Amino acid sequence: MVVTRPSVTDVWAWLEDVPDPEIPVISVVELGIVRDVEWDDDTLNVTVTPTYSGCPATRVISIDIETALRDRGVQSVRLKTQIAPPWTTDWISEAGRRKLKDYGIAPPQEAGGPEACPRCGATTLSRISQFGSTPCKALWRCDTCLEPFDYFKCI
Amino acid sequence: MNAALFEFLCRMGDNTLVLGHRVSEWCGHAPVLEEDIALANTALDLIGQTQMWLGLAGEVEGQGRSADDLAYLRDAWDFRCLLLVEQPNGDFGQTIMRQFLFDALHELQLNELRASKDDRIAGIAEKSAKEVAYHLERSSETVIALGDGTEESHRRMQAALDVLWPYAGEAFLDDESDRALAETGIAVLPSTLGAAYGARVREVMAEATLQLPEGTFAHSGGRTGARHSEHLGHMLAQMQWLQRAYPGAVW
Repeated sequence: MVVTRPSVTDVWAWLEDVPDPEIPVISVVELGIVRDVEWDDDTLNVTVTPTYSGCPATRVISIDIETALRDRGVQSVRLKTQIAPPWTTDWISEAGRRKLKDYGIAPPQEAGGPEACPRCGATTLSRISQFGSTPCKALWRCDTCLEPFDYFKCI
Repeated sequence: MNAALFEFLCRMGDNTLVLGHRVSEWCGHAPVLEEDIALANTALDLIGQTQMWLGLAGEVEGQGRSADDLAYLRDAWDFRCLLLVEQPNGDFGQTIMRQFLFDALHELQLNELRASKDDRIAGIAEKSAKEVAYHLERSSETVIALGDGTEESHRRMQAALDVLWPYAGEAFLDDESDRALAETGIAVLPSTLGAAYGARVREVMAEATLQLPEGTFAHSGGRTGARHSEHLGHMLAQMQWLQRAYPGAVW
């Protein structure tokens, strides 16, 4: 029996459609947590790196990736976790940053705080808390429109 | 060497496990919502780090024990956490003071361990250090805000420091396994971190208008396992009861 192995390029494209369970507007590829995709004989190895070591979404992400690939007919998937080098917010793609902003989450900045309010664009902002609704986010407020918003923390 | 390495990994993993559990006890009880979330996030990071340290400990030991086995099926005398992290939460001020005294140590340890000759340890340290930078930033800021706050918050923070400070010194006592790992460049000798730790703590306490207690007495026996405080046993009874009552239970 000949097992057809989809190309690695196709697999990457499919993973582009797997959303992050906590921030569904951005895919696991755009988030930069898929490190590697390679065939080992008839098994597809997908290497994933966690964002925060205790993030509960990590396990859900692994299940979602496996399900998406099985739905495309990949029968044998092995998910590998790799912690070094550690994930950094620099790996979030340009498209990913744009989608975060459109969704109302200020994308990470080198300076350590949001550049502008994702709602009104004003730049006078206050930090409410360095910890937010998920491990990867902080809570900020716009001093102009007064709306609170999530900021994707730089790590 | 393996025994020393296992000891070291349990010390790292038990600190994060026990403090992570203690901090998680606040979930739903913190004074304000933002602090509740911050405490839960910190606990989550620490438990995540525990999985890496104790996972590697089990691997190094080579007897098929997983991180869960080590967390849920060892008794108090096999734990290697500092006495500091097993102390009860007390009020919010005491919890934050304990967090700061640990975060300041944790950051120094991890920064040194990033250069470990053991790649696995360097990898865990590199990953954890990013998270701990946020923990330390928050606990320092909060200690300063409450210490240099109202009369009442100042009084409570000073009381917390008086209670907890004698538990900090244990972290810098070297033993045989520390020396064995330091000689091979796998881990850093605890005593070499003492001066930088003292400087960091004094700096924050000065800003917080708090007085470090005089005297150098340090309780010890946590990181060697020789003499834990009574609090650890009570905590483990709560943390482990499910696995003890229903061995092998899974979600």
